[in-house]
Amino acid sequence: MSECYIYDAVRTPRGRGKAGGGLNTVAPIDLARTVLEAVRDRNGFDTAEVDDVILGCVEPVKEQGGNIARIAALYAGYDLLAPGMQVNRFCASGLVATNLAAARIMAGQDDCVIGGGVESMSRVPMGSSRGPWATDPQVATSTHFIPQGISADLLATLFGYSRRDCDTFAALSQDRAAAAWEAKRFAKSIVPVKDNNGVNLLDRDEHMRPGTTADSLAKLRASFTKLGQNYGFDDLAIQVYPEVERIDHVHHAGNSSGIVDGAAAILLGSKEWGERNGLKPRAKMISFASIGSEPTLMLSGPADAAIKTLKRAGMSASDIDLWEINEAFAAVVLRFIDVLELNTDVVNVNGGAIAMGHPLGATGAMILGTVLDELERRDLSTGLAALCVGAGMGTATIIERC
Amino acid sequence: MFRNERDADGIITLTFDMPDRSQNVWNRDSLEALNAAIDTIAADAKCIGVVLTSGKKDFVAGADLKDLEAISQGGRSAEELYEGAGALSAVLRKLETCGKPFVAAINGTALGGGLELALACHYRIVADANRIKIGLPEATLGLLPGGGGTQRLPRMIGVQASLPLLLEGKQLRPQKALQAGVVDAVVRANELIAACKAWVETSPSAVQPWDIKGFKVPGGGLEDAAIANVFMVANAMFAAKTYGNYPAGKAILSCLFEGLRLDIDSGLRIESRYFVELLLNPVAGAMIRTMFMSLGDANKLKRRPEASKRPPTKVGIIGAGLMGAGIAYSTAKAGISVVLLDRDQAAADKGKAYVSSSEDRKIARKRNTEAKRDALLARIVTTADYADLAGCDLVVEAVFEDRAVKAKVTGLAEAVIGSDAVFGSNTSTLPISGLAQASVRPERFIGLHFFSPAERMPLVEVIVGDKTSDETLAWALDFVQAIGKTPIVVNDRRGFYTSRVFGTYITEGMVMLADGIKPALIENAGKRSGMPMPPLALADEVGLKLMYQVGVQTQADLGDDAPNNPSTPVLEALVMKADRGGKRTGAGFYDYGDDRRLWSGLGALYPVSAQQPTAPDLVERFLYTQALEAARCMDLGVLNAAEDADVGAIMGWGFAPYTGGPLSYIDGIGLQVFVDRADALARAHGPRFEPPGLLRTMAAEGRSFY
Repeated sequence: MSECYIYDAVRTPRGRGKAGGGLNTVAPIDLARTVLEAVRDRNGFDTAEVDDVILGCVEPVKEQGGNIARIAALYAGYDLLAPGMQVNRFCASGLVATNLAAARIMAGQDDCVIGGGVESMSRVPMGSSRGPWATDPQVATSTHFIPQGISADLLATLFGYSRRDCDTFAALSQDRAAAAWEAKRFAKSIVPVKDNNGVNLLDRDEHMRPGTTADSLAKLRASFTKLGQNYGFDDLAIQVYPEVERIDHVHHAGNSSGIVDGAAAILLGSKEWGERNGLKPRAKMISFASIGSEPTLMLSGPADAAIKTLKRAGMSASDIDLWEINEAFAAVVLRFIDVLELNTDVVNVNGGAIAMGHPLGATGAMILGTVLDELERRDLSTGLAALCVGAGMGTATIIERC
Repeated sequence: MFRNERDADGIITLTFDMPDRSQNVWNRDSLEALNAAIDTIAADAKCIGVVLTSGKKDFVAGADLKDLEAISQGGRSAEELYEGAGALSAVLRKLETCGKPFVAAINGTALGGGLELALACHYRIVADANRIKIGLPEATLGLLPGGGGTQRLPRMIGVQASLPLLLEGKQLRPQKALQAGVVDAVVRANELIAACKAWVETSPSAVQPWDIKGFKVPGGGLEDAAIANVFMVANAMFAAKTYGNYPAGKAILSCLFEGLRLDIDSGLRIESRYFVELLLNPVAGAMIRTMFMSLGDANKLKRRPEASKRPPTKVGIIGAGLMGAGIAYSTAKAGISVVLLDRDQAAADKGKAYVSSSEDRKIARKRNTEAKRDALLARIVTTADYADLAGCDLVVEAVFEDRAVKAKVTGLAEAVIGSDAVFGSNTSTLPISGLAQASVRPERFIGLHFFSPAERMPLVEVIVGDKTSDETLAWALDFVQAIGKTPIVVNDRRGFYTSRVFGTYITEGMVMLADGIKPALIENAGKRSGMPMPPLALADEVGLKLMYQVGVQTQADLGDDAPNNPSTPVLEALVMKADRGGKRTGAGFYDYGDDRRLWSGLGALYPVSAQQPTAPDLVERFLYTQALEAARCMDLGVLNAAEDADVGAIMGWGFAPYTGGPLSYIDGIGLQVFVDRADALARAHGPRFEPPGLLRTMAAEGRSFY
């Protein structure tokens, strides 16, 4: 098997995903173009040698539809020999795009592939692409669909994470993100998004709320109480988990991931390709895995994926120096930490999606870049990034610094 | 069968009038007749349009449910069912595309296939009569409207408006039907045909809106985000409510979800597929049999012995507590004079005040008028004087469950009432023949077991004592029918039928608790089994203290013959040790504050086991324990017929209706499989699961209850 290396990782800042947000006036194709241009211009390789551009996108319709990866590559001025494709594994799409890119290089079939993802949640809102899971009566009832927020509250209920536990973790995410920006720890990866006149539109994650505390979060009302209690979803959750008397609704906007816009790209290549282009590899792709989990609980998959990929690599949790687990909901992180018996000090050390937001299709590639930057800063070796995924899945990737 | 009369203007009045039947229904013959009638009309060059009406009081009652029940139970393959199942749909499609405009003159109730006939017409006018009901009740019998109802109704009134009519089988009076858009006009009954002809004379189009290119479902189709949300929520609410036990609602939702994005012909094909799926599902057959046929037979007094008909004109009710007041309420509501008697005037008045306040609440909700309330209350005379019972054809006592008290009121009443007046005892547990010993005319003595709240609960368990005469039974049944309730007739054994079987459900829940099963799991499994309430909540509702006292009384009465009730230790622990008497005391298996939650102390009393069963395991125990007890009642001769067992269970205590009742449930599983499984449960959980001899014999002989 060949080896696959990460040569670079870039991302846009994350703009608040609504009207007035820093990236709301930017089309998703321009977000994707921005990161593809940056990864090319920073590294100076011949784009005719790019074997593929694989971008994750969760709502690939409207202005994100029609294979945005190929169109973005063309639009960014890549050689027309560089093809592109879009993939969707919901929230892990950006990481799965990267893993697919790596797999092809490791299989010896490709030399250079760009992975990444894009999502403008302000312009193509969640749910835009629909699909049968929630709406087809046969499908929804036989596979026990419930909305993700209810799943998160079910996870908290089943494993006893209180509202306070979740709020305390959320405040920690805010503190860490604020400290990381203060210390310019994302500087290596951030590519500002500019307007057509080259003026910066956004150069900093704008979703953060520094100074948030568990006490200030305690004032927010839980988001999914009405949905769960008035529309049958709590009862459905309990039908699958009948040992539960009642769902504790603990999640709200302040301890769940933020809705934001953004894009990311990761440059992957074989050893020979890097040498040929005079590029120095930053990290090696060690192993990666996706896995299915029970879809009503939906969000328990990342630990399973992490265990699967650790096993594949012949490693144990103690071999990992730094962890990134996507902060879709606070309970997801708390459960991940418990299952893998981790020390919170090495998990999401620079904050996560609760503070900075979760641009669905791009996040996986963003957090892989984040853990790489931090491994370099601390001069540590191994990192693992993982995400929970809708419909009950998880994806994880292990990298090791060169 | 279809009378074709063309007038001078070229308007055909097509009258559906089945010979030898009181109602028009869809069956093979009537469908063939309609098909032929359409051919004739289509070929009639002089015809400019058709007024379609009925020669009966009702318009069309729908499909012949006896046929459907037979089909559903007939073991036929899907391929065999497609032709018959699609027949109505095909004829109605032909009607709406034959080139002549049709208007439905809805002169009476149009339900199910009757409304579907009207929906296939190009216009609908209904007579303004309050007796007329319009709706698609198929879902309540485990079916769907298979004659285009799931396709045409939403194409007329939109998805959201059609869902309650389709899923809940909601029935509308003419004015409400007009508001909902189900019909186009409401006119006076004597102007119905003229109004229909006037519509034909406007030279209306004979093309349905959905056959015109560019048709859009009103209120948004499947491409609409709001409609996608409607489905997301409807799916969830339906599944949350039904636990997957009722296939009809899901099939109806799918007919809309899949059919509305396609053309009408494709939509009708999809509807037929789901209709056949439901016919193949045993739920439809079981529900039609029990909830339509057997229930109808019970309401028509199938078990009534030959005797002169004698609905009562004046009824005495002794005891004006909750039960007595409820019986008085039901009786007065049926237009019968009531004498409501209690030990003093104030107590009797309190019973009437209960009726009065219930009526006031209905007025507040605009479901009643002051005039109706006043007329009803005027029929209830309260008293403490037994002499006022003179002239009653029937007396019901609803006093405290105590033999001495009951004997006393029996004597006092019999001293006043006529010698052929019926004396009914509303007891839920005391044997009737024993109570009849206090009567000077035991042949006129009978048990009339009402359920609480009596004004709402539909069942009356009629208990025949050793000496009860056929005439007394007949007259008691006439009374039950007169007050609009459903009777079942049972023989006199302790607990009769309903109390005895119903109790096993609660008992099983308590045994599970004692076995270390998580309380929430027990409760959720109870809901999943299709019972209206979870067992521990129901126990709280009945009252733990009351159940405990009944147990103690039974033990005292019967000594060593008392049945061993495995819930006794649990009741003793809760009531005597933990001082938790049930809901009325504010503490039972649940805490009753602002927020009802399972009592946190249950874990200390009954530590939770490491190994927990699955919810389906518990559902099986809940249904088996009740089905076995019902079978024992058959074995012991408490019941005379399986139909009574099934109707009584569903109407009496809400036994999982999708099963068709406890004996239908056994049939559905198969006698031998059921017996084998019961034996296995008995080995695992105790002798209460041992099947009675009757079931073993039936299994060995390959018999079933139906």
